[in-house]
Formats: sequence, C-alpha cells, structure tokens
Amino acid sequence: MIVGEQKPLEEIWEMVKQHKNVTVFGCNTCVAVCHQGGNKEAEILASLLRMKATQEGVEIEFVDSGIERQCEHEFFEKTQDLVVKSEAVLSLACGIGVQFMATKYSSIPIYPALNTTFLGDVIKAGHFTEKCQACGDCVLGLTAGVCPVSRCAKRVLNGPCGGSTSGKCEISKDVDCAWQLIIDRLDAIGKLENYEKLSSIKDWSKDRSGGPRSFILEGF
Amino acid sequence: MELKTESKLEKVFKSGQIAVTSECGPPRSSDPAHIIEKGHLIKNHVDAINITDNQTSVTRICSLAACVHLKNEGLEPVLQMVTRDRNRIALQSDLLGAASFGINNVLCLSGDHQSFGDHRQAQNVFDLDSMQLIQTVRHMRDEGKFLSGDEIKVPPKFFVGAAANPFGDPFKIRVPRLAKKVAAGAEFIQTQCIYNMDRFEKWMEGVRERGLDEQVYIMAGITPMRSVGMAKYMKRAVPGMDVPDELIERLQGVEKKQQAQEGIDIAVEQIQRLKEVKGVAGFHIMAIEWEEKVPEIVERAGLYPRPTFD
Ligand code: SF4
Ligand code: SF4
Repeated sequence: MIVGEQKPLEEIWEMVKQHKNVTVFGCNTCVAVCHQGGNKEAEILASLLRMKATQEGVEIEFVDSGIERQCEHEFFEKTQDLVVKSEAVLSLACGIGVQFMATKYSSIPIYPALNTTFLGDVIKAGHFTEKCQACGDCVLGLTAGVCPVSRCAKRVLNGPCGGSTSGKCEISKDVDCAWQLIIDRLDAIGKLENYEKLSSIKDWSKDRSGGPRSFILEGF
Repeated sequence: MELKTESKLEKVFKSGQIAVTSECGPPRSSDPAHIIEKGHLIKNHVDAINITDNQTSVTRICSLAACVHLKNEGLEPVLQMVTRDRNRIALQSDLLGAASFGINNVLCLSGDHQSFGDHRQAQNVFDLDSMQLIQTVRHMRDEGKFLSGDEIKVPPKFFVGAAANPFGDPFKIRVPRLAKKVAAGAEFIQTQCIYNMDRFEKWMEGVRERGLDEQVYIMAGITPMRSVGMAKYMKRAVPGMDVPDELIERLQGVEKKQQAQEGIDIAVEQIQRLKEVKGVAGFHIMAIEWEEKVPEIVERAGLYPRPTFD
C-alpha cells in the first residue's frame, strides 16, 4: 500500500488560509490504513482547522468529506456536487489522488494534506516500512524475496557493502541491512550458492529515470 | 612477466615482490598544494598512492584532478572511484579522462552513504555498484567497448582494484564475496584496516582454500592508531571495523604522550606478522592525516627500499 504522513498543521494552514470555503477530503483506502488520510482523519483535520481559524480570527468554512479512492473516476460520483461547489479542496490522499483531482477539477485549487512517503507494509499495528520503489524490473526472484532497491540505502545489487554491521545498515542501528536479510533468506531456502551469481547491471530506464511510466491494457 | 597495463603496481606484484601503497585525501579547497606535499612525503616509500574520492561523503577536490597533480609530480596514483555520485555515463567518461592523463590504476568502491558527510540532503546515484564498476573497467579495457556496446577507439588500460572487508557482516559470505569480486575482474584487493589479526588470518585461510590468493593480489590494510581515543572511536562508531579490546588495553597501558608511538609499533608488528601469511601480497598503509609516519612504518617493517623499474 501507499503510506503517507500528514503535514504539520502550520504548513497546511499556510496553503488554505487564503480561502473562504475549503472541502477537506479523505481517501479511505491506503492512507486510511496508516491513519493519516482516511475519511475519519479528514473529519479530525477539518475540526483542527476550524479551531485554528477561530484562533486566527478569520472566517473560513471547512467541510469534511471523503470517498473510497481518489484515483479513479467512478468513486467521485456521490461527492461531485460538493467538490464543484468548493472554493478549494484539501486532499488527504497520496500524491496520486491529489493529482487525479487536480486534473479532474481543472479550475479548483487542490492542496495536499499529506506527504506521500513510501510503498510499504504494516509489519505490526502502527508500524509501516518501505518495501518497494516500483523500479519497473523486479529482482525479488534473485534476492530471495527481499528488495535491495528499496531496502538498501545504496540500492546495491551485489551487496552487502562494507558497512553492514551485526545485521544493521551503516546509516543507522535502527535500520536492517537488506543484504543481511537477503543472505539469511537465501540460506533459509537452501539457495546460498546463488549469492555468488553476479547481478548484472540494471536497466534503470524502466525506473523513474526513464520518464513517466504508463501501462495500457490491450483491447480494454 | 606478462603485463596488461603500464601500472607500476602491477609490475611490483608480477615481479613477485611485496607491494606497498598508501593513501591521501584531497583538500577541501581549490588549492592542491596540500595533496602534492603529502604525496612527496611518502613517494619514496610506496609503489602507488590511492587518492580518495570524496571520502566519508565530504566534498573535496575530485579524485581525478588530485591524481593528475600527483602524476605531474612523477608519482603513481590509484584513482579511487565510488559509485555514489556518478552514473555510468560520468564514470566511463572519468575513466577515459583519467587514462588520458596516464593514470594506470583504479580502485572500485561503492562509497560511504551520504548521511556521513557534509551534504546529507544529497541524492545518491548508485546506478552501478562496486562489483559492476569492476566489470565496467574490465569491459572497457579488455573488450574495448563502452557498456552501451559502442567501440572505444583507444581503450583505457587500468589495473583494476577493489576493496574487501574481512570483518564486515555477515561473516559467512566474506570469502564468497571476495570470490565474486575476483569473478567480476578485480586484479588487486586492498582490505579494510586490520586490527583483529586472528579473524583476518581465519579469513585468509578461507581465501586460500578456494585458491583466491592465486587469482588476485591481496594487500592487507594497516592503519596505525594515534591514541586510545581513536581506537575507541573506531570500535564504537565506524561501521564494519573490528577493534579488539586487547589493542585498546595495550594503548591504554602506555602514557598518553607515548600512545602514538605505541600505535606505530603495533602497525610494524602487524606487518611483520602478516608478511608470513601466505597469500598476503602487499600492504596498504592508511595513515589518516598522518602521512609523515608512513616512511617510518615502511622502513621498520623491512619494506624499504621499494623496487624500481626502468
Ligand atoms: S525490485 Fe523493484 S519492483 Fe521489485 S520490490 Fe524492489 S523496487 Fe519493487
Ligand atoms: S549496510 Fe546493507 S543495507 Fe546498508 S547500504 Fe550497505 S548493503 Fe545496503
């Protein structure tokens, strides 16, 4: 899923304070799982902003609402009227949802309430960790199901680097060394000999560096 | 002897002699005087001098320019190259540039993470990793081609080195990792600073079992301790460093004023012991901001005079 973190209230306030009417709009899928951007969080954020407006002595109407997903047209039907009437929208979706809305409602300012942080999992309640960077050419088959692109601070494909210490990455004692995990997994699945296969030079043109990517289903 | 390059280091190894290298870090200024001075301090006592590439991710004169300064003084530089800051276009371009100045040696590294340095907010590149950089240099030299497949009219002829850390984790892949670097094309290896002698010798045993010492020239990394403080710091804060307590205790056992000399004595003893280890083909003496001590260490360890070739 996509993980996001709410921006500081001050930063959000600076974006929206010039408006008189703002719809605070949740996205109830990925970013709801991490309790940052769901419809419930939209409700809370709207009331915090109302309080802030009172403190600052300005009159702004904050209406909270939300839908299941801000990245697909069909989910917008029910809230169409509300959105088109808004002077501005503060979206609690990830960067994808914010942009989807900005394209869909071309004359309404759409502001992001979240910093979209990574693609990750829920390793335990309230703890989310990065697991993929959508590099476009998955190497998990070679690395025993542990991603070196997103989980190694140097994304080395033939690791570990010399900084790996007691299972931890050189950047921090709180970060696991992805290559230690890869080697442990290779060992566990009886494939340690694969370690000595040199990973060939990666084609990064399928990654971000190749430019914006898209995917079209034939005959759809 | 069959030589692949013009490298003096290659000649020393292939003539069956123990090689000695050292390293210098370029200054954080556009004035090269300092690195030239450092080079002259050690030039008669080493066969080649590594020039670090923005080590610990702190911005300095680039390794290539500093190598050219030393080359102009008649010294033999080893161009260190990290893959942190440049993609394959820039790396191959710098390799051509270095070869155009007659630089004959390159050491392929991944480089410390930028969070250790002065620009923590920087992007890192890592288009290639250190193994792939080794492959790249060999490909350019031996196939005469760029990674793209295009031909290089006059290919760069580098003697190719890599680093190895016998003390990094996980220990079980330490020998396989060296085998991988050899398979990638490394011709000489400089190891991480050795303090835990037993563990190093155990690693060398594994290296010999696989016959790797016959395929690559291994240089043992030696860094003299200047004080107890330095030893403790290295133990605590430098990733991938193994500093045994006995060494700290030995330094603690002498007066503060004497600790630096004790550190030099330890380094000399280490070299003498490691000279007897089969498969150790040379020494890489990294006296960090203490280059003036390299001649003393080399002389006392019986590694002086250095060989000359016409
Ligand atoms: S290798 Fe690429 S696609 Fe596969 S998990 Fe890692 S970043 Fe994602
Ligand atoms: S310590 Fe491990 S995870 Fe960290 S940069 Fe090195 S190989 Fe990657």
